[in-house]
Amino acid sequence: MINPEYAKIIKDGLWHNNQAFVALLGLCPLLAVSNTVINSLGLGLATTLTLVCSNGIIARLRHLVMPEIRLPVFVLVIACVVTAIELIMNAWFFTLYKVLGIFIPLIVTNCAIIGRAEAFASKNAVDKSLLDGLAMGLGFTFVLLVLGALREVIGYGTLFAHAELMFGETAKSWQINVLNDYSGVLLAILPPGAFLGLGLLIAAKNAISPKIS
Amino acid sequence: MQFETAAAPHIPSQQTVANIMGQVLLALVPGVLAMAWFFGVGVFVNLILGGLTAVAAEAAILALRKRPVIPALKDLSALVTAALLAVSLPVIAPWWIVVLGSLFAIIIVKHLYGGLGYNLFNPAMAGYVFLLISFPKHMTGWLTPDSLSTVSLSFAETFDLIFNQQLPTAVQFDAVTMATPLDTLKTELGLHQPADQILQGERFGWLAGKGWEWVALAYLAGGIKLMRDKLIAWQIPCGMLSGLVMIATVCYLSDSGQYASPFFHLFAGGTMLGAFFIATDPVTAATSANGRLVFGALIGVLVYIIRVWGGYPDGIAFAVLLANLSVPAIDQYTKPRVFGQKP
Repeated sequence: MINPEYAKIIKDGLWHNNQAFVALLGLCPLLAVSNTVINSLGLGLATTLTLVCSNGIIARLRHLVMPEIRLPVFVLVIACVVTAIELIMNAWFFTLYKVLGIFIPLIVTNCAIIGRAEAFASKNAVDKSLLDGLAMGLGFTFVLLVLGALREVIGYGTLFAHAELMFGETAKSWQINVLNDYSGVLLAILPPGAFLGLGLLIAAKNAISPKIS
Repeated sequence: MQFETAAAPHIPSQQTVANIMGQVLLALVPGVLAMAWFFGVGVFVNLILGGLTAVAAEAAILALRKRPVIPALKDLSALVTAALLAVSLPVIAPWWIVVLGSLFAIIIVKHLYGGLGYNLFNPAMAGYVFLLISFPKHMTGWLTPDSLSTVSLSFAETFDLIFNQQLPTAVQFDAVTMATPLDTLKTELGLHQPADQILQGERFGWLAGKGWEWVALAYLAGGIKLMRDKLIAWQIPCGMLSGLVMIATVCYLSDSGQYASPFFHLFAGGTMLGAFFIATDPVTAATSANGRLVFGALIGVLVYIIRVWGGYPDGIAFAVLLANLSVPAIDQYTKPRVFGQKP
C-alpha cells in the first residue's frame, strides 16, 4: 500500500497542482517548443530530470542554507543541474539539442523549477522532494505532450514525426500520418496556436476536474 | 436594483440590435452586387455558406452556454460577422475556407470572450487573419476581374471550383486568377519600377484597380447611407480615411516614384469596406467621440504602414486587430470630462 503522503504528492504533481494547468508556470518553453510530440517529449524529459535533481539537492542542502540567501543558492544549484543536462544532450542527442536550441539553457529560468524548490524542496525531506520533482515534471511533460500532439495533428497532420532525433534511425518509421493529403493549418504551429491550444486544454481540465473528485 | 427615473421628457430609442444589424446587411448589398458583377457568383456561395455556418455555430454554442438561443439568433449579429468575413475572402476559395473562418470567428473570437458585446477583437477580421495565416495559398487566389479576363467561369464551373477544386478542362488556374492591384504594385515596386508607371498598367483603372474601384465605390455608397442614418459613428470612417490619406500624401509628395497616390490607397483593396463596415463595429471600437477619431486614424496609418512596408499586400485585418488591442488605452485617455471637473 502506498503511503498516503506520497500518494498526495503524486496526485498534486500530475493533476491537482499541475505546474502548467493550474500554476501556469513555465509557460515560455511550454508554448514555444510544443509544436511536435517529439520536441515536447525532449523538453519535458529534460525539465523533469532538472526538477528531480534540483529538488533532491536543495532538500539535502536545506538546513545548511541561511534563509536570507536561499534564492541565489537555489538558482546556482538549478543552473549547475541545467548546465550538466545541456552538456549531456549536446553529447548524446545532438540533433534534438539543436532543434530545442535556446530552450534547454532557458530551463534555468523555468519558474516551475524554482517554484518547487522554494515551495516544496526547501521544507521537506529528500525522498519526498525527489518524488515531488518527478511528479511535477511528469505532470508538466504530460501537458507538453498533449499540447504537442494537438498542435502536430492540426498543424502537420502527423504524429511522432522526426522521432529519429531522440531514438535513433530505427524510429524514423514511427511517424503516423493521421490525416492523409492534408495541407495543414499553419496557425497551430505558430505561437498563437500554442496559446489557443493551452487555453482550450485548461478549459477542458477545469471541466473534467469537478467530475473526477 | 431600482434606479430613479429622471423627469420627462424622455427620448426613447427605436433602435434595436436586430434593426441596426439588418440595416448593415442591407448596406452591404451594393458592394456584394458589384463584387458579383466583376468577380462572378462565388461571392454568393461564400455568403450563404458562411451565414449558415455562423448561425449554426452561434446556436450550438449558445445552447452549450445554456443561454436563450432564439433571441440571440434574431439579433442577426452572427450573420453580419459571416457576411463581413465572406466578402473579404477570395470568391473562389474552397468551401471549407469560409466554413472554418466563420466557426473560428463565432466560437473562439466571439463566444469564448463572452459573446456579443464582450468580444475584444472584431470576429470577422480575426477569422480572416486566422485563415490568411493558416492557408496562405487558398487565401490569395483572386479571380481576374471580368473586364480583363479572357476566360469567364459559368455558375456551374464556379460551383465545381469551390466544392471540388476542379477547373474546366483546358483552363489553367493562372488563366482565371490574377494578382490583386495592391499585390501587383508591391511586386513591381520590388523590381524597382517607378510607382506612377506601374499605375498606368492595364490592370489599373482611373482610381485604383480595374473592377476593384467599382466595388470600393459601391461599399462607399452603402457606408455613406449608414453614416447618414447615424447607424455608425462618423468619426471612425472619417478618422481612418483621413489617417490613411495624410500619411499617403506625405509619402507621395516626398517621392512619387516610390509611393502610390493617396487616391489609389483610398480605393484599393479593402479600404472602403474596412472603413465603413469593419472598423465601425461598435463592440470592438473606441467609445468616446475623440477616441473614435484616434481609433480610426490609427487604423488608417497602420493600413498604410502594412501595405507599404509590411509583408502582406493589404493590411485592413491586421490594422483593425491591432487597433482593437489599443482600445482600452485610447478609451482611458479620451474620457470626456465630466461637467465641472478640472482637466
